[in-house]
Amino acid sequence: MKFAVIVFPGSNCDLDMYHAIKDELGEEVEYVWHDEKDLSGFDGILLPGGFSYGDYLRCGAMAKQSNVMSEVVKAAEAGKPVLGICNGFQVLTEAGLLPGALLRNKNLKFMCRNVELKVVNNETQFTTGYEKDEVIQIPIAHGEGNYYCDDETLASLIENNQIVFKYASEGPNGSIEDIAGIINEKGNVLGMMPHPERAVHELIGGSDGLALFKSIVKQWRETHVSHA
Amino acid sequence: MKKVKVYVTLRESVLDPQGSAVMGALHSMEYNEVKDVRIGKFLELQIEEGTRDIDSVVKEMCEKLLTNTVIEDYRYEVEEAVSK
Repeated sequence: MKFAVIVFPGSNCDLDMYHAIKDELGEEVEYVWHDEKDLSGFDGILLPGGFSYGDYLRCGAMAKQSNVMSEVVKAAEAGKPVLGICNGFQVLTEAGLLPGALLRNKNLKFMCRNVELKVVNNETQFTTGYEKDEVIQIPIAHGEGNYYCDDETLASLIENNQIVFKYASEGPNGSIEDIAGIINEKGNVLGMMPHPERAVHELIGGSDGLALFKSIVKQWRETHVSHA
Repeated sequence: MKKVKVYVTLRESVLDPQGSAVMGALHSMEYNEVKDVRIGKFLELQIEEGTRDIDSVVKEMCEKLLTNTVIEDYRYEVEEAVSK
């Protein structure tokens, strides 16, 4: 399976993402600059964390206008897995691929630490490697991860089982319903504030994030390779 | 040339933690008459008059980039730009 790691000016988790895929997962991966106009050669799209365009105006606001984002939208429409982490999640909401928005953390602080996440939905192509309601340890590092949406959107997220991850203990940022990650209705676009790519090896403090990437590959293999 | 002033504020339904912190500070300075503080953004654009209707151009820019209508409201004023 071949992944694209989208790189915007100001992305800073692209190397971690690349490492997680190449060295820990053992799959193909390439960096793709934000100016590129073709993602057709890739099977999965990863939007890393960081501060694209310096977070100017709003997090993710400028990134959504870049050339590559119209390709990301096409990939999402084609049903390819699209994963946005941290700033990548903010970009996906700005681009309208996921509902809601990420606001300034309620306590106004940049929160950088390990958190306990609860896998609320383990039936997505990103989470089959986890048990339902399993609690995993994943780091967060964000100042604007306070998920917000209106009541109507929240009701539809709950009804369609689109809330994938919640903060298991007290939420660090004031998110509605302690939401840490959501998926689109179709089930192929996941956005989350915590960083699974930073939890892929015991040497770096934990490996609970690896199952997320393994789930994506497993699903892809079952769909694309089993016919061989 | 027109000068367009765009005011962006968080929607009523959205909490503004920055505004609350500033209100707390004002109260600690004994400005207790302050009952609410909302922090927003102010953008000033110089726009050349062309064939396109300035209102529709400004609205389009606001909705496509300058604001996120999920969380923000905006209003704007159009003035004659004074040449220096």
